[in-house]
Amino acid sequence: MRRRRKNAIKKHTSRVFSALVYLFLYAPIAVVILFSFNTSKRNVLFEGFTLDWYAKMAGNTALLESFKNTLLVAGISTAIATVIGTITAIAMFRYKFRGKSIIDLLLYIPVVIPEIVLGIALLSVFSLVNVPLGLGSMIVAHVTFQIPFIVFTVRARLSGFDRSIEDAAMDLGANRIKVLTGITIPIIAPGIVSGAVLAFTLSIDDIIISFFTTGAKSTTFPLKIMELVRSGVSPDVYALSTIIILATFVIVLISQITVYRANKKSVKL
Amino acid sequence: MAKAIVEIKNVNKFYGDNHVVKDLNMEIAEGEFLSILGPSGCGKTTTLRMIAGFEQQTQGVITVEGERVENKEPFERNVNTVFQSYALFPHMNVTDNVAYGLKMKKVKKPEISERVENALSMVQLEGFGKRFPAQLSGGQRQRVAIARAIINNPRVLLLDEPLGALDMKLRKQMQIELKNLQKRLGITFVYVTHDQEEALTMSDRIAVMNDGVLEQIGVPADIYEKPATKFVADFIGETNIFEAIEVSADAAGQVALKSEIGEITGTDSEFSEGEIVYLSVRPEKTLLSAAPVSGYALRGTVRENIYIGTVTKTTVILQNGQEIRVANAAGSSVPEAGSALYVYWNPSDAVIIHSKSGKIIDAFENVDLSEYVEGSA
Ligand SMILES: Nc1ncnc2c1ncn2[C@@H]1O[C@H](COP(=O)(O)OP(=O)(O)O)[C@@H](O)[C@H]1O
Ligand SMILES: [Mg+2]
Repeated sequence: MRRRRKNAIKKHTSRVFSALVYLFLYAPIAVVILFSFNTSKRNVLFEGFTLDWYAKMAGNTALLESFKNTLLVAGISTAIATVIGTITAIAMFRYKFRGKSIIDLLLYIPVVIPEIVLGIALLSVFSLVNVPLGLGSMIVAHVTFQIPFIVFTVRARLSGFDRSIEDAAMDLGANRIKVLTGITIPIIAPGIVSGAVLAFTLSIDDIIISFFTTGAKSTTFPLKIMELVRSGVSPDVYALSTIIILATFVIVLISQITVYRANKKSVKL
Repeated sequence: MAKAIVEIKNVNKFYGDNHVVKDLNMEIAEGEFLSILGPSGCGKTTTLRMIAGFEQQTQGVITVEGERVENKEPFERNVNTVFQSYALFPHMNVTDNVAYGLKMKKVKKPEISERVENALSMVQLEGFGKRFPAQLSGGQRQRVAIARAIINNPRVLLLDEPLGALDMKLRKQMQIELKNLQKRLGITFVYVTHDQEEALTMSDRIAVMNDGVLEQIGVPADIYEKPATKFVADFIGETNIFEAIEVSADAAGQVALKSEIGEITGTDSEFSEGEIVYLSVRPEKTLLSAAPVSGYALRGTVRENIYIGTVTKTTVILQNGQEIRVANAAGSSVPEAGSALYVYWNPSDAVIIHSKSGKIIDAFENVDLSEYVEGSA
């Protein structure tokens, strides 16, 4: 009897605890969504429902422009980093060479180094070789910090990869390119997709590195918001944030489904 | 022997300083079932991979259908491989796996689906086309791997321990199926295994390898009954081996030998006085007697009898500590444990193996050999 009650209490506490954790994680997001529909401009009380802020946001060209820049930078840098990172991961998996462990270590440095150091370093390189600051320089900067993340996720996927699968394809008449495009890449695709999603989100909300490497006319969404916050956040920023939250949710969902499907097919092989 | 379809001439393979295939010479006849048998690490897989084109030999020549293949990529060679790990494509269903080779050769779609169906029925997997490898049992994956290889009508099929991961019962069944398939298709099979029983029951010929060296190649009966080296005698089946020096021979080829603990007798067509040889005699040919037998001076004590169904296995310890195994057919009388007996055999049942090195063997250290050593090879 007693024991059962104890178990019931245990079960309850763990439920309550998880609920609190989720509340902690999602309450701020809920507040943003809620206030994007608030008639009052001051974010203290919810006074009534309105879509005005969405309309206002649609008319705020500076905000939209910055958002467009963010998407552009994230899209292009993710594409470049994914290609480079995937090739690097495959090469490191496939070939043994001297100094491989040093190269390995070098990949971790950009991940653990304080971002501000990386930002300054990139800025000094750009000014050293006279690269004009703008979207281009920002894309290059984002690619640098994205690559290690792609390499890590792709390599994790490759660690269980049986090399004789590639041999088998070649044995059946596929040349090296067909082996890569028809066999290896499809098998490690879940790793590539999750690496790309991670890289994309890192790029979208990057502030520090973007701050150092951006030009005067190419501000990004996070930078723009930083600028706006100084004079108090207006609810049209909440409106755009709400749309971003929704979009993020959809992207994560889709990528999870893809990875899950691919995993289901290839378990235990 | 039929025409050779694969020829391996003086092939050596080094991985760095590691010499893993040593001076290999082998001819594989068209249509035969050849097993490469040997312990793990002896170079079987490496040999197979050199034929398939995944590894390049360091020295020597390999020809397939009379053509040298060293400059051909794996996808240009008319051989196919069944891999030890099956190596199925996890992201493709069974049909796409099996069809892969034909797609690469740009065969027309209707022909592909017809041949896939054929291949699947040949390995008894009709109706499994839509499944993914992860949804199949080990035995079924094995069948897919075989279907995927034979659909291409290769002239030579290379199989690397294809049944290694299956349980005993399935293994036996697949052995029969594979052998039947090979007969039906008439494809040359090069079958790598470390299981001597499997090699003996399935093969037309067996190549026994040890430490990168081809020890013997021949039909199963010869490998079993006339092992050419000590390793082969030891590795194939159970055997009792004696180190001995050849002393004298009579006109019928019966040879008297001196072993560490006394004289023994065998038959040898290549008698050479004073040569150090190995004498190998199978447990089922080894006999026990209560009274001494002329020509044999092996006295021992029965340690134990183990009943294993069709036979009883008796272990006898000789005076020098050597263990001798004797297999008594069911129904024959079994000696009591602890009893003292004489070990002997029919001279024609003993195989004499001429030791290649001709070196004085360690076991003879304490024996006075002066009268025999002269004239040793
Ligand atoms: N890619 C390789 N690199 C270095 N050594 C290898 C490689 N493949 C095999 N070896 C070595 O070659 C020897 C023979 O291996 P293998 O042909 O796989 O033996 P088997 O198939 O008979 O078990 C082993 O000692 C193994 O460690
Ligand atoms: Mg092997």
